[in-house]
Amino acid sequence: MSLVSISGSLLYTAFILYLIATFFFGATIRDKRTDDKKGRSGKIAIGLTIIGFVAQIGYFITRWIASGHAPVSNLFEFMTFLGMCMVLAFIIIYFIYGLGVLGLFALPIAMVIIAYASMFPTEISPLVPSLQSHWLYIHVTTVSLGQGILAISFVAGLIYLISEIDQTTGSKRTAWLETVIYTIFLFIGFIVITSVFNFMDYQATFEYTEQNATTTTTEYNLPAIAAPNEGTLLTEGVMQPWFEAPAWMQGADAGRKFNTVIWSVLAGSVIYGLVRLVLRKRIGAAIQPLLKNVNPKLVDEINYRSVAIGFPVFTLGGLIFAAIWAQIAWDRFWGWDPKEVWALITWFFYAAYLHLRLSRGWHGEKSAWLAVIGFGIIMFNLIVVNLVLAGLHSYA
Amino acid sequence: MKGKKCECGHLNPEGATLCEACGKPLEESQQTDASGKKQLLNMRYDGSARRSQTYNKSIIDKVWNFFSSVKVGVWLIVLTIIASAIGSIFPQEMYIPADAPNRDPAVFYEDRYGIIGLIYFQLGLHNLYSSWWYILLIALIGVSLVIASIDRVVPLYKALKMQKAKRHESFISRQRLFSETEHVSEADLEKIKGHLRKKRYRLREENGHILAEKNRFSRWGPYVNHIGLIIILLAAILRFSDVLYMDEYVWVREGETVVLPGTDREYYIENHDFILETYDEDDERFSEAIAQEGTIPRNFQTNVTIYRDSANAVAGAEAELTPITEDQIRLNEPLKFEDYTLYQSGYQQNEFTSMSFKVHETDDPEEEALANFTIDLTSPDGVYELDNGFRVELGEYYPDYYLDDNGIPASRTDYPRNPAFVLFVYPPGSDTAEVSFLGIGKNIEPTGENEYNVGITDFEMRDASGLTVRVDHTLPFFGAGAAIFMIGVIQGMYWHHRRIWIHPKGNGVLLGAHTNKNWYGVEKDIEQAIDGTSINMVKDQQEKDE
Ligand code: HEM
Repeated sequence: MSLVSISGSLLYTAFILYLIATFFFGATIRDKRTDDKKGRSGKIAIGLTIIGFVAQIGYFITRWIASGHAPVSNLFEFMTFLGMCMVLAFIIIYFIYGLGVLGLFALPIAMVIIAYASMFPTEISPLVPSLQSHWLYIHVTTVSLGQGILAISFVAGLIYLISEIDQTTGSKRTAWLETVIYTIFLFIGFIVITSVFNFMDYQATFEYTEQNATTTTTEYNLPAIAAPNEGTLLTEGVMQPWFEAPAWMQGADAGRKFNTVIWSVLAGSVIYGLVRLVLRKRIGAAIQPLLKNVNPKLVDEINYRSVAIGFPVFTLGGLIFAAIWAQIAWDRFWGWDPKEVWALITWFFYAAYLHLRLSRGWHGEKSAWLAVIGFGIIMFNLIVVNLVLAGLHSYA
Repeated sequence: MKGKKCECGHLNPEGATLCEACGKPLEESQQTDASGKKQLLNMRYDGSARRSQTYNKSIIDKVWNFFSSVKVGVWLIVLTIIASAIGSIFPQEMYIPADAPNRDPAVFYEDRYGIIGLIYFQLGLHNLYSSWWYILLIALIGVSLVIASIDRVVPLYKALKMQKAKRHESFISRQRLFSETEHVSEADLEKIKGHLRKKRYRLREENGHILAEKNRFSRWGPYVNHIGLIIILLAAILRFSDVLYMDEYVWVREGETVVLPGTDREYYIENHDFILETYDEDDERFSEAIAQEGTIPRNFQTNVTIYRDSANAVAGAEAELTPITEDQIRLNEPLKFEDYTLYQSGYQQNEFTSMSFKVHETDDPEEEALANFTIDLTSPDGVYELDNGFRVELGEYYPDYYLDDNGIPASRTDYPRNPAFVLFVYPPGSDTAEVSFLGIGKNIEPTGENEYNVGITDFEMRDASGLTVRVDHTLPFFGAGAAIFMIGVIQGMYWHHRRIWIHPKGNGVLLGAHTNKNWYGVEKDIEQAIDGTSINMVKDQQEKDE
């Protein structure tokens, strides 16, 4: 067995362990005690999480050895690493506060991130010159750790909102909360639909002309609802596209990405719709009773503590180390490229969070909403900026 | 100065809401709320007198108060966030892709993004981060940072320094964490003191009143980090000075020696070789990725020698170059000498340096050369006198030829990347020219009646390296600012100021506690401190949020 496939299996093992651990964390919530560290299911759950985490470290190390460089250099590797950091952050926070319900939410979200990552090309790619620096590892690992910790504040915020928002009648707040949950379903939709068509080995090739007048082809792995702008379908016997992506969608594979978004929304909405149909109420309302033993003040404090711990780590990795590296590689420590801008936005945002909390008394629900938005910004930077905005320019 | 005298005898400065010495509420708002219910104290800055809360008369007071408000600070941050996000929607001018059909911003944005792109350009958003209003926003954040910090740190420092172990009863009972115990023995008090010391609280006693305090230094964290931010902003201003910061760019072609811009003609650089290596597609590890993505570069490198001109002092003298370093510049491995740093920032492969041609009879199937000539593309001549009496005039020269939108030949750049020529060939003894158009893979004669044809026989090419030349003495300032910022945030975030008051009352005690964050942590501390004593565990008196 090759190192790469061992590595893959370890990641898979970690994923399954997180899944089982989630159920045990689920079992802790019936416990009346606030400190779940002492209960039996809590112990099993955290034990499994740690074993899963170790398996994921195994994945990381074996892949490092196989490729000769730390596996944090493409979207798959980077997002997987973020999932891992989130689990680590959760383990740390769990040992401080011993709150099992945190695991019930943190692990599934980490799993969605890891599964999402696996939908992107997983081949080991060599490092382009600008990435050949120790600062790559130093910078990326610290940023991810920071983001992982900040993600726990999102988890705490989400728990707070689900347990505290009045679900007896629909309101603006319930609608927003459902929107957040629905967004998570879109990710699940993406994972499901991509897996299905990957499994069927679906392929359709389009030819289209780029701005600079070179003609290229693009591979669709999902049936084309939207074709590339002015693209022609080359593959026979596959579904004909329904329409073309609008003309302003240019850049690398914009049509294919647009098509993927459409599919994710469709699949996510269908799954969400089915769940709603079964539950016959808002998903937030359906989860709420499970959280009736949750101490909102404790959850609120975890929200804040995660930001307090994560903010310095993020600053160090996302701004300071990033700047040092950029200075060495590109001769300027700050260049206003979209990635940098969004790191700055993230940083400003959490600074605003801290100030609002400290000086304007934004506790509880307000803090929880802010934590949700903050995580939204982090995900935006990872996904939209990487796939859409940064695609507009790149230096080898 | 007028102020308020507390019943404990301490004279407080105007604006204080809690007595600096004993903590008794001084202000209406801190005493009771309308319903008469017991209210928690507002412990922010220990109720000290802040300038912004005290004076509001002169213009200066008003400006001061405006900027010292965290609300204003947060608004500035939010505006900056929104502006920054807008700037990332479309590429900024410097990031217009190199392969765009037209890189002129006036054309590019509309061309690619339609009407929205046009508006984006017209509003100047394509240079957003260097716009006056964006810089102003950042500067205002800086001002707000300074004023808000000074407004708070001074009184907070005084209040914490002045505080007494003995506090007013209402100060204790209106802390968020509070308990009252009817009977507490001396032994129990000794025990709790021992526990607190073991948890590294510093204890102060005053007639049986105890103040246990730890990590006060963490309260200065925000101010330290704000100082770091200010240093960074000041460093950014220093960048405008020529002495501390210089940024130049130079193209050096292989084999060429050119003066390094920005060095007062003191230093020269010679490009020996530009090297671009790519990954081997047979490498097992990467073959799959290379198959997917195409060739992947592995190394950009320029081998150079740096020279110093020793005759530099004498104006107008011929340069006398003495080599000082011979080195390689790679991406991620800049070359440093003296104060200068050279970065590998760009490259251009396969620029033509010269092209050779021959003239032959159009009908000659052998294409035997009647005359040869070579055009040096770095400095083309206007006229070439050839063997056998031929004369060639360079009619037009397009270094980087393309057909523009109207089908008219033009040059994209000044670099000979795709040279094309219009040549006037004068046969021996004739003064009417035959016109030929020549380029790579193109040989057109407009009339189709030329007796003589010109063909390309040979050419020479070389690479060019784009190097950034940089002097930056501001980096240490940025470094210091960043380090101070980090120290400040860590100091404020990873330690927490905790205070526990024990206040004798009758045979028992009141116990109150305060922290600036991590209430869970103090509660744990108290839980362990009272372990084995009769003292009651504190209750969290804060009602549920809103
Ligand atoms: C973007 C830049 C800024 C950053 C990164 C920053 C960072 C911080 C941090 C980390 C804290 C500590 C928060 C906590 O302990 O929870 C803090 C506190 C504070 N900041 Fe800032 N800050 C920034 C801008 C500002 C501005 C513009 C103001 C002006 C209004 C301001 C005023 C304050 C105040 C008053 C405190 C509380 C200090 C105290 O506890 O006594 N900050 N800042």
